Amino acid sequence: MISDLWLQFVLTIDATLRLATPLILCAMAGIFSERSGIIDISLEGKMLLSAFTAATMAAITGSPWLGLASAMIISVVFSLLHGFACISHRGNQVVSGLAINMLASGLTVTVGNALFSLGGQTPLLSNAQRFAPIAFPLAESLRQIPGLGIIYTEVISGHNLLVWAALLSVFITRVVLLRSTFGLRLRAVGETPEAVDTAGISVVGIRYQAVIIAGVLCGMAGAYLSIAHGASFLREMTAGKGYISLAAMIFGNWRPVPVLMACLLFGFLDALAARLGGVDLPWIGQLSTDLIQILPYVLTVVLLAGFIGKTTPPGAIGVPYVKRR
Amino acid sequence: MERTLPPWVDMGLLPLINVLVVFVVTGIFIAIIGENPFSALTVMLKGAFIDKGALGYTLFYATNFIFTGLAVAVAFHAMLFNIGGEGQAMMGGLGLTMTALVLDPILPPFLVVLLAIPMATLMGALWGVIPGWLQAKRGSHVLITTIMFNFIASSIIVWLLAGPLIEPGQMSPQTRSFADGVQLAQLHTIFNTIGFSLPSSPLNVSFTLALGASFGVWLLLWRTRLGYIIRASGHSKRAALYAGYSPTGTIVITMAISGALAGLMALNEVLGVQERLTLNFTAGYGFTGIAVALMGRNHPVGILLASLLFGALYQGGAELDFQFQSITREIVLIVQGFIVLFSGALAHMFRPMLEKVFATAKPSHKDVSHDK
Repeated sequence: MISDLWLQFVLTIDATLRLATPLILCAMAGIFSERSGIIDISLEGKMLLSAFTAATMAAITGSPWLGLASAMIISVVFSLLHGFACISHRGNQVVSGLAINMLASGLTVTVGNALFSLGGQTPLLSNAQRFAPIAFPLAESLRQIPGLGIIYTEVISGHNLLVWAALLSVFITRVVLLRSTFGLRLRAVGETPEAVDTAGISVVGIRYQAVIIAGVLCGMAGAYLSIAHGASFLREMTAGKGYISLAAMIFGNWRPVPVLMACLLFGFLDALAARLGGVDLPWIGQLSTDLIQILPYVLTVVLLAGFIGKTTPPGAIGVPYVKRR
Repeated sequence: MERTLPPWVDMGLLPLINVLVVFVVTGIFIAIIGENPFSALTVMLKGAFIDKGALGYTLFYATNFIFTGLAVAVAFHAMLFNIGGEGQAMMGGLGLTMTALVLDPILPPFLVVLLAIPMATLMGALWGVIPGWLQAKRGSHVLITTIMFNFIASSIIVWLLAGPLIEPGQMSPQTRSFADGVQLAQLHTIFNTIGFSLPSSPLNVSFTLALGASFGVWLLLWRTRLGYIIRASGHSKRAALYAGYSPTGTIVITMAISGALAGLMALNEVLGVQERLTLNFTAGYGFTGIAVALMGRNHPVGILLASLLFGALYQGGAELDFQFQSITREIVLIVQGFIVLFSGALAHMFRPMLEKVFATAKPSHKDVSHDK
């Protein structure tokens, strides 16, 4: 009984990591963009577009690596479109993001249907066309160790490459943002662009670099959904994950490690909802999975309203930079 | 000095150029996926206006967009970005449905309808007021809060339709039908009873209500003190303070009106056609409202024209789906995305070119204030 409960717990932690991976990648993308002062509502759309592109290229070429590369490219292209509208033409950043999300919903289904005639889906991928789980050495034999063995077998071993990439991305984001000259400039551009401009550094240049990095990370998140976690593209398969990442980014106050924690929390709620669906719990009865899924949004609203802690967005967020002479 | 465009260029030519660019870009896309863009356009126009009953469907879809477009526009005037039309419409539908389900066994149908309409308005308004209040009092942005409120509303509806409100003995996530007569009359039946023959379509009384709402919004924004304050608060908070502006009150009232308008969209879909609450009856129309408001330049007349365009796109898009192998309904989302991009985010792209041709120089407000 106890060992059964323990197994359930370990499996939930394992699922948490899998479900949090796209959130982590997307939220890091959001951090790069927003810390430079560019609101990015289009995480959702870029993730959807790259999920579609990854699955399509993997199906056509048979290589998951080409799928991943083209997903990153398409995501960067739309990041550049976002940049062209908001940085070069000083358009409204939210409106531009919404446009990209609408385009993503339309383009993925229409192009998918034109290519494969599967009602917007892409063909099912074989294991060779995906990023398969990587089993660590001795995973099966260590399972026998009572209690701790399954942690190694289930939680640490058996993830695909992109799960590790997501965790690495948090570390890289932290180092780049807080320890490098580029990161210092990027944060400065998001707080007081005038100061950076006065120092002779191009505000426009830094912001473009920031949205390109965001594009790369978003592309990985999309590829994870369709060619690592899943085995094909399904219409609207991001299902609001881009917005949850946005919520996680706000929840973690635009700082890499707290954002990682928020993503893990939201991933855990998702994993919990999937496990508790229809299960009778002692004292509580049946919990509705739909109501558990509301929690990330409710928590974010409550946090934003300053009822728990305080959020401080970047100072110049959403404001186009106009050079004064 | 700042250059401004004559009104007919600003309100007419510029949006027209934006729409033309969108059509050209979409045409190129259709050619890329291997269909003929010109025959697609013909099929679309025929399907939206000429086929029997097509115009009724076009106006039916337009009704949704008038409500959600007005909702976005009213908030825009106060510089509030209400992305929550989708959730507000869902809650409007929920309020309407609860009223109908509770009251239709005991009250005559017309009374149920009369009570359901204000409930839809109230619930929509409530879903706008909470984010508004949170911005005014707690400093969280309407923009982010309304996004979250869309998801919260959608989860609530999914939960209610999966259990508490589901039609007993049924598997599909929807409530039972309302009692006979708890509905808004469809226009073709009204016209048939007074002797005119109209082809059947889901176009119903909500359409006239939407026209009334457009006039009401114009009256409110440009002919009342409240409207003046709403617009002034969007231009300059300091100027608005002189006009008797209370920041909290204005934000809350503006969001209430905006939410109520979005909530009214539910009348058209739930009370006009479905006569029961179904999952996802808002179908993204709340988001389309943003495109409509941007294209219509936040003015009721512009919104009516933009709604007609989007109504035609949705109805014509359905026709495209039937007639072409590789074009699906989702092509409409592409057009919508391009419209938001070109007349929203890239609104300033063509402006400098037009200013070179049509500009009339006039001193800007900033220069005047610096003269003192």
